[in-house]
Amino acid sequence: MFTSSYLSASQTVGPFFHDALLREGAHTPILINAETVGERLRIEGRVLDGAGQGVEDALVEIWQANSAGRYNHPLDGRDLPLDPTFSGFGRTATDPKGCFWFETIRPGPVPFAESVLQAPHICVAIFGRGLLNHLYTRIYFADDPAIERDPILRHVPSDRRHTLLASRHDVAGRTVYQLDLLLQGAAETVFFNLGGDVSPSNL
Amino acid sequence: MSSTTIGAIVRGDAAVFPPYLYEAYRSTIKRAPGLPLVDVPLTLSELTGPGPLLSAVTPEDADLTRNAGTGGEAIGQRIIVTGRLLDAAGQPIPHALVEVWQANAAGRYVHKRDQWPGPLDPNFLGIGRCKTDTDGVYRFMTVRPGAYPWKNHPNAWRPAHIHFSLFGPAWGTRLITQMYFQDDPLFFQDPIFASVPPEAGKRLIAHYDHDLTEAEWALGWRWDIVLGGATATPFEHGEVR
Ligand SMILES: [Fe+3]
Repeated sequence: MFTSSYLSASQTVGPFFHDALLREGAHTPILINAETVGERLRIEGRVLDGAGQGVEDALVEIWQANSAGRYNHPLDGRDLPLDPTFSGFGRTATDPKGCFWFETIRPGPVPFAESVLQAPHICVAIFGRGLLNHLYTRIYFADDPAIERDPILRHVPSDRRHTLLASRHDVAGRTVYQLDLLLQGAAETVFFNLGGDVSPSNL
Repeated sequence: MSSTTIGAIVRGDAAVFPPYLYEAYRSTIKRAPGLPLVDVPLTLSELTGPGPLLSAVTPEDADLTRNAGTGGEAIGQRIIVTGRLLDAAGQPIPHALVEVWQANAAGRYVHKRDQWPGPLDPNFLGIGRCKTDTDGVYRFMTVRPGAYPWKNHPNAWRPAHIHFSLFGPAWGTRLITQMYFQDDPLFFQDPIFASVPPEAGKRLIAHYDHDLTEAEWALGWRWDIVLGGATATPFEHGEVR
């Protein structure tokens, strides 16, 4: 019988991943080109450790739907436009101060269950030296009214929801959303156990 | 190793995955989350992922002994590392990107933060990638990596290992891990390897396979990888091999 006990365990990405995972074509902080459809956004933030120090050697990956709310994946066969210029995947590393950024577009809403939509969001995975497993979180847009009805956010303890909400700053005519990712501490970012033991009816 | 504080927070199955806090591995102390993970169901966001999209790979990428762009060949014991990439139901994952990195035969990385006095090899970058074939098989030609020292504890050495990065079909199946070599004498003092529960740790170890060995060329090592964690139907009946 096949059970979860056959799975391969996770190990830290370590400090020496850069040349392999950020080689030409694999370092993708810019998800868009001139033809990409959608509202341009810059996402930026820092990865901070429990002492408030920037994590200088984290790998940050994102995954998101296109501006129509469609994922570029065989499982998403909904009748919505695919954008051939937009994969929805981005990968970068933090700099010596723990900073990262992505240039992307605002994702459209995606379904949660029949007739229930999720608020637009970007999926985030954080890897690093000292992280034996990666961390899963999400970035939502703090000024989007749809966050009030998002089933995942409503499931997050209310005093921690703010850790998932990027704040909007308009800088020289460009839209920037800012969110720090705190690995530890009182304001620690909410990290998810995907597929965890929760009944959708409780959401 | 002596006793170590082990945190309660684990992603997924605690029989398989290491805890975030494993005090003997000192870098976890300030980086492990301290609050419980929030259980969430899998939505379309997690059931999709970039895995099927990622494809730009050339055959040269899979030969780490010759892909430094120098025209020269890396020094070290040539090895073939191969195995199958499987999902949690035991089905092969075809056409999947596999990214690897490793130290050279002397245990040194080409990385500005690796400054221990092991020799660099101008003909070895230690990075490779390939795609699995229709049967889920990946294959690399490389040199056996050396052990390397680190500052975690006195006289600390990492067992020889190759780092692997995998996506699988979904965001929830993403995995970065390390492959070790059978009978490495350094396991007993390595907290990164020891952070994995023992039965699951055994599955991170590649085994020598004489059937893979190529006469007068390279030794063969076999290691299968099983991705799970978060898929639509994670635990079906099946056979590993
Ligand atoms: Fe390493």
